[in-house]
Amino acid sequence: MPEQDSGAPLLSIDSAPYALSQLEAFARKCRVDILRMTTRAQSGHPGGSLSAIDLLVALYGTQLRVSPAAPNNPHRDRFILSKGHASPSVYAVLAQAGFLSEDDLDRFRTLGGVCQGHVDVRCPGVDFSGGSLGMGLSFGVGCALAARLDGNDRTVTVMMGDGELQEGQLWEAAMSASHHKLGNLKGIVDLNGIQNDDFCYQQMDMGDIASKWSAFGWATRSLDGHNMEEIVEGLAWQHEQQNGPSVLLANTIKGKGVSFMENNPKYHGCAATPEELVVALEALG
Amino acid sequence: MSFGASRDGYGEALLELSSNEKVVVLEADLGKSTKSCWFRAKYPERTFSFGIAEQNMVLAAAGLASSGYIPFASTFSIFCERAFEQMRNGVARPGYAVHLCGSHGGIHTGEDGSSAQAIEDLSVFRSIPKLTVLHPCDDISARILTCQLAESRHPSYTRTARNKVPRLYEGKESVLRIGKGVTLRQGRDVAILAVGVMVHRALDAAQQLSKEGIEATVADFHTLKPLDEDLVGELAHRCGAFVTAEDHSLIGGLGGAVAESLSQIHPVPLERVGVKDRFGESGKPEPLMDMMGLTAEDIVAAAKRAITRKETN
Repeated sequence: MPEQDSGAPLLSIDSAPYALSQLEAFARKCRVDILRMTTRAQSGHPGGSLSAIDLLVALYGTQLRVSPAAPNNPHRDRFILSKGHASPSVYAVLAQAGFLSEDDLDRFRTLGGVCQGHVDVRCPGVDFSGGSLGMGLSFGVGCALAARLDGNDRTVTVMMGDGELQEGQLWEAAMSASHHKLGNLKGIVDLNGIQNDDFCYQQMDMGDIASKWSAFGWATRSLDGHNMEEIVEGLAWQHEQQNGPSVLLANTIKGKGVSFMENNPKYHGCAATPEELVVALEALG
Repeated sequence: MSFGASRDGYGEALLELSSNEKVVVLEADLGKSTKSCWFRAKYPERTFSFGIAEQNMVLAAAGLASSGYIPFASTFSIFCERAFEQMRNGVARPGYAVHLCGSHGGIHTGEDGSSAQAIEDLSVFRSIPKLTVLHPCDDISARILTCQLAESRHPSYTRTARNKVPRLYEGKESVLRIGKGVTLRQGRDVAILAVGVMVHRALDAAQQLSKEGIEATVADFHTLKPLDEDLVGELAHRCGAFVTAEDHSLIGGLGGAVAESLSQIHPVPLERVGVKDRFGESGKPEPLMDMMGLTAEDIVAAAKRAITRKETN
């Protein structure tokens, strides 16, 4: 299939100030969708979706060459949500990008819908079936090896959570990515500091995460995962890292944008009530 | 009679498949044992090492399959079990045709002892939806069936064995099809269904039975899933008494699969020869098989029990 069919990012980033405000507006819309989806389903994971959404909007907005007209184009860039429970964030972005309809979002977590509880390849635009933590980076290693065998310049981006870094398989994958010198493999870690039961440092203190990635041979860059300008610059830096794998370590706030959810472990896997949703949507404007 | 080990058949199949440029090989530091090393020697650019990290290997295979490649990954059967959830959630659930091969399955593995003697691999992989499960008995059938996997849209687990056993398919390659059992010997009194290193023992048992005037059918059920239920039904009607024989736990392997099937199709007395809910230990394969009750004599005794039950029904 010809290269130009692979699709394009949502925005041209050349007009930076305009684009940044557009990205921020997209992110706001996505936050609304995340909250509506989870409240309607009365289940799902709003906290980790809200922490990841600015990163995802910037990624789809400025980097990924994908197209809703050809969601299975073999040469498209791949995005793998390894923290598959943050599926509402991906569905919200895919809806903005034209892969999904409002009706698809309305059927989140309901029988017969494409928006499964955890991301699933039955959903247009989703490249990985998640739900079991620590597997996405390994899948990305396979996708990146395949791209290299094909002689194709497509990239593979894997978003991970910080709790997920406790899985041993993830470090098997990190080691193999640098062993195989996968410059086309890009990692993003959503460091929101909270996992299912509690704060990460209480469940399993992971110490110096940046040093760990460096020790595994990855180029690393830390940034504020809610500052659109920093994210866009970080993604552009990462795009230039061609000699080996690179990772963005994004400091984020779980539940970002909804005051009662922010930094509150309760909202890892708990939806807002309809009454709370009204308050949250008012705050988002 | 000539001899061959099923793991050698796997290695030969990979070489045979090499003309398909989509075929890629994944290893976890046991390529010299599983025989994928033969492919690596000729096609290093299509062979990927993952070190001693089976879980990562299986998901990387899924990523390659999602991108249009046909991955063949191998390690010891016991370490395939380590990647069970990866096969379930990362491979079979999204439906990627990843082919995982576990060599050195069963008690017959011998001296390495119980940690290496996988006796539950067929059971656990059989439980995963949409996954094909194979256990060929010699190098020839391992080669032919592995080559057929490259055409399959389903993921698979294949168990091969370490040691050489009598070749049963020399000149009979054309009868081998995934999903079709092979009747190796005809007899009306009892049907012996076997897999892997127990198939030639089943043939030995049938010869011993014949000397006593008992005629046994022997069938190689190299495909445990999907099970050849047509053949199970046909043999149940014709023979009316069954024996299964496997170098595997009695729980969930061939005996389990046949019991599930028979109970629905045409219940007949079934006696199962296999590992009786215990672990093995270090030793030479033959005395170990004696100790574990995995001999031709054990099959003969089971056949007589099944026939007695048929006649007293």
